[in-house]
Amino acid sequence: MKRKYPPKNTLRCALSAISVNESVCRQIIGAFLAAENPTVEELADVKCAVSEAVTNAIVHGYKNEGNGEILLTAEIYPDRSVRITVRDKGCGIADVALARRPLYTTDTSGERSGMGFAVMESFTDRLTVSSRVGLGTRISMYKRLK
Amino acid sequence: MLTRENIALTLRLEDGALIAEMRGEIDHHTARLLREEIDRRIYLEMPRLLTLEMSGISFMDSSGIGLIVGRLERMRSLGGALEIRGLSPRLKALLDLSGVERLPSLTVNRSIAEDSAT
Repeated sequence: MKRKYPPKNTLRCALSAISVNESVCRQIIGAFLAAENPTVEELADVKCAVSEAVTNAIVHGYKNEGNGEILLTAEIYPDRSVRITVRDKGCGIADVALARRPLYTTDTSGERSGMGFAVMESFTDRLTVSSRVGLGTRISMYKRLK
Repeated sequence: MLTRENIALTLRLEDGALIAEMRGEIDHHTARLLREEIDRRIYLEMPRLLTLEMSGISFMDSSGIGLIVGRLERMRSLGGALEIRGLSPRLKALLDLSGVERLPSLTVNRSIAEDSAT
């Protein structure tokens, strides 16, 4: 999507793909958006969506092995729309459409709900997922703050 | 008992029911800690009911749904049930998104006593 104006603020943050950083990413995004005075609900929605994307990178992209990096980037535009991108260089998704189906999970432990993408879609205006097996995955979330 | 930076868990037994009171955030990271501690107590005490007291939960993503579903399966395998109390409207909506609350042996935000009286 071509934007008429450049972003007024950008964020670029690389973190280890370890689960303790799920909370760190939520706090980073919260701090980044704070200056825009999002509503309590908007902030909660965005933090939850980011948490899902980061968790996917750790659990699926890097298979919980703890080796790898997550790149969290974000831009705020003058019209108060926000784009947040979570990238990993993990195993990639062979069938993105299948992965995005609610309740679909490749997990066998019985502890993953398969709701990650459904939650991301529910809490953002738009979601794009691109992935290449063996190369990695990029999830971009868009939300226009009121 | 479990206390970390952003999650605290206290467990107590009351009339054959194991009550797990959680305060803080439930994500994939903390769900793992909660799961291990709760399951350890379940197999120790073999309760007929597991109550998740969640009024102190300030954040939960779909890992929390997984935690709930996993514990429900544990309790059902023991012939027991799971009760959730204190779920905020926002988190209740998240649970509704998953359809989990329609599963048998699970009650959400209603007391078991109320259910048996009707």
